Amino acid sequence: MDHDPPGRRGFLKKMTALGAAGVPAALGANEVAAQHTHHVAQSPGVARPAQTVGQTRHFLSQAEFDFIEAAAARLIPADELGPGAKEAGAAYFIDGQLASSWGTMGRQYRQGPWPEAMPQQGYQLPHTPQEVYRAGIRDTNAYCSQRYGMTFDKLAGAEQDEVLHALEAGKVELPGVPSRSFFAMLHSNTIESFFADPMYGGNRDKVGWKLVGFPGVAAVYTGYIARHNTPYRVEPVSILDVENRVAELDEHGHPIHVKLSAKD
Amino acid sequence: MAITRLKPTDVVIVGAGLTGTIAAKELCDAGVKVVALERGEYRDTASAAMPHAHDGLKYGRRNALMQDLSRETLTFRNRPNETALPMRQLGSFKPGEGVGGAAVHWGGATWRFLPWDFEMRSRSEARYGKEAFATDCTSRDWGVTYGDLEPYYDRFEYCYGISGKAGNLKGKIQPGGNPFEGPRSREYPNPPHPVSHAGHVYQEAANSLGYHTFPVPSATATRAYKNIYGATINACVHCGFCSSYACEVGAKGNVQSAVLPVLMGDKNFELRTHARVMKVNLDSTRKRATGVTYVDAQGRELEQPADLVLLMGYVFGNVRLMMLSGIGEPYDPVANRGIVGRNYAYQVVTHVALNFEDRIFNQFMGAGGMGIAIDDFNGDNYDHSGLGFVGGGRTVVGTGGSNPIESRPVPHGTPRWGPAWKKAVAQYWNRSFTIQNETGCNSYRTNYLDLDPTYRDAWGLPLLRMTFDWRENEHRASAFIAGKMEQIAKATGAQHVHAEPRAGHYTIVPYQSTHNTGGAAMGLDPGTSAVNKYLQSWDVSNVFVIGANAFPQNAGYNPTNTVGALTYWALDAIKNRYLKQPGALV
Repeated sequence: MDHDPPGRRGFLKKMTALGAAGVPAALGANEVAAQHTHHVAQSPGVARPAQTVGQTRHFLSQAEFDFIEAAAARLIPADELGPGAKEAGAAYFIDGQLASSWGTMGRQYRQGPWPEAMPQQGYQLPHTPQEVYRAGIRDTNAYCSQRYGMTFDKLAGAEQDEVLHALEAGKVELPGVPSRSFFAMLHSNTIESFFADPMYGGNRDKVGWKLVGFPGVAAVYTGYIARHNTPYRVEPVSILDVENRVAELDEHGHPIHVKLSAKD
Repeated sequence: MAITRLKPTDVVIVGAGLTGTIAAKELCDAGVKVVALERGEYRDTASAAMPHAHDGLKYGRRNALMQDLSRETLTFRNRPNETALPMRQLGSFKPGEGVGGAAVHWGGATWRFLPWDFEMRSRSEARYGKEAFATDCTSRDWGVTYGDLEPYYDRFEYCYGISGKAGNLKGKIQPGGNPFEGPRSREYPNPPHPVSHAGHVYQEAANSLGYHTFPVPSATATRAYKNIYGATINACVHCGFCSSYACEVGAKGNVQSAVLPVLMGDKNFELRTHARVMKVNLDSTRKRATGVTYVDAQGRELEQPADLVLLMGYVFGNVRLMMLSGIGEPYDPVANRGIVGRNYAYQVVTHVALNFEDRIFNQFMGAGGMGIAIDDFNGDNYDHSGLGFVGGGRTVVGTGGSNPIESRPVPHGTPRWGPAWKKAVAQYWNRSFTIQNETGCNSYRTNYLDLDPTYRDAWGLPLLRMTFDWRENEHRASAFIAGKMEQIAKATGAQHVHAEPRAGHYTIVPYQSTHNTGGAAMGLDPGTSAVNKYLQSWDVSNVFVIGANAFPQNAGYNPTNTVGALTYWALDAIKNRYLKQPGALV
């Protein structure tokens, strides 16, 4: 028993009070804003309640957003194991990433020329991720409209899988972007959305971490690391939880993980 | 625009990473005025704060601590007759940027090379004949021996607070350590990490096959440790956010924990960040450096005069600066002449993936460098007769931390997405580990670095061009060792085992290792080496080029400890010989 993560009933209560976006339902917008005084100070009058993390579109159109939600639901589906990527906020996550400097290859090399490349030379498209998604969604929807008479998001699941497999294998000739490249980015970002900290808009309610048993922000593990073949079952802690002050911390700022009961 | 000429200094150091800060500390202690120029931002231990230090997306996926490629990258091709294209995203390797360099995010494995590694050409030819090497292989002995470097390995280990178990103390084999290692003058400064469940399962299986297991030497401190400079490295908490991340508790031996606390206040030391060196300036004889020219954060071009110039960036930066400055003759593979850019090498990483139905590993807990190793298939620790290759590498099960945004081990053959993939991830994410081997890599005439004719950096200067591919020796080594690793994997009782020998062309994606070497290799002969055995330029004697650029080929270990040892070795010569009588040391 002395090896078990400490139980904190009060913490658990707070955790179970979390809303879908990982924010305590009991906290009002003003209280949340008060916890982010630096944000408030920087932008007076636009204090943003944490509930809205990743819940506003920045880059994607509604049609593009619908496409990504539909694709995410096939790539990581909801099933008996729990919610899938769509429910976890994949489209909000990808939208946020596209609106960040990553979406415009802010820290990548972007100068031409762009001659034909060998696969072992890595990513060699002139497109930024923003351009890959914009062209990829437009062209795939055009392909679906021609072949099935409706856009991707309206297709039946089996047809959507057919289209995704064709994109993945490079069997669809998209005018604006190689289909294989578009799929690779969509696939990679969807997985990221499922396992990134919820503060980025995906992994809502830490469903990705709960699925695999990842505790998120780490506690001090020195007392547990040599315990062999023993589950470490705790409520995962996100950066968002710490910022929202629903996770208890030790003196160094590591969260104190709360053990899950047998029922959880 | 007129270039501002700054007040001269004794020594200018290019790059405030692992090597540059040690050099600065040693020289300041010797009473010399040092200016260090760092292209990136300032970082100290306080820069890694909880909870954001554990942001898997930012650090594990978006490489926030690593080189900003929008300003400078390199170009790559496999063969000299192909067109090199820029590395637009980080992949195969991840150089750092900013104070601390790649040591901020390094994984902490702190190996000494084998005595054999420093004499691998002559020893292999003596044992297996000259035909053991391809006709265009340029691998050779280093010009220093393990015995030469031993005191300097020791000093680096006692600077960075390495945790491990000696396997050979002054020639006497020690139980629990690596029986193949060269003799050590004393034990590690700190005891090894505990053994994780994955390490334990590997240990049992490898021991059952007669191999020799031992803990990987690690730069994450197993207890609070006061180092040779009086800086305190804190005890590791095994949080598992180590490689690719900055340590939030100051437990990773690196620039931030081991050197900066005692360097920043030194009156002989000045650090300038956001200072990007464009070239080393030479006088009219081209035999003497007068200092460096750099661009500061505001884009101003400044000249820093100095008596001594130390190039201490990553491999690529050091070699490129030599080429941009005209130090040494650039290598031409067609004419087979020139030196700078020659002997570029890398490392052959081979994996065997294991998935279990019935074991829980909790590999999200861990510490950089923590793990269990065998060295039975490294160097010449095994008989290569009839194998058709030389060399090998350390074979490790690491427990350095894992995060589902970075890796999702599932049995080979699992669909890449959809319901079956999701079930497999849920089932196996915490029931898997990997056996990993890093085999050394020979140098060849057509594997080299030069300046790209087409692509330029943000300041209009040519990018470095890498021409590199695997050869038969590396493919055969990987296939042979993968077979041995597969046997160990099967002996663990794992339900799913999948070996991936390195085959086909070298590719710049995905990640393999940040263990690039050579390009300005050390040696005894100015006809085949760019720097002498003290890492001093043969051509410009007041320029030293210090780092893994000096390796004539790569060994089968993580290179950092050898980089640290070479730094102390060169600094000893600089402090005790060069400063007293400047000029060529050889």
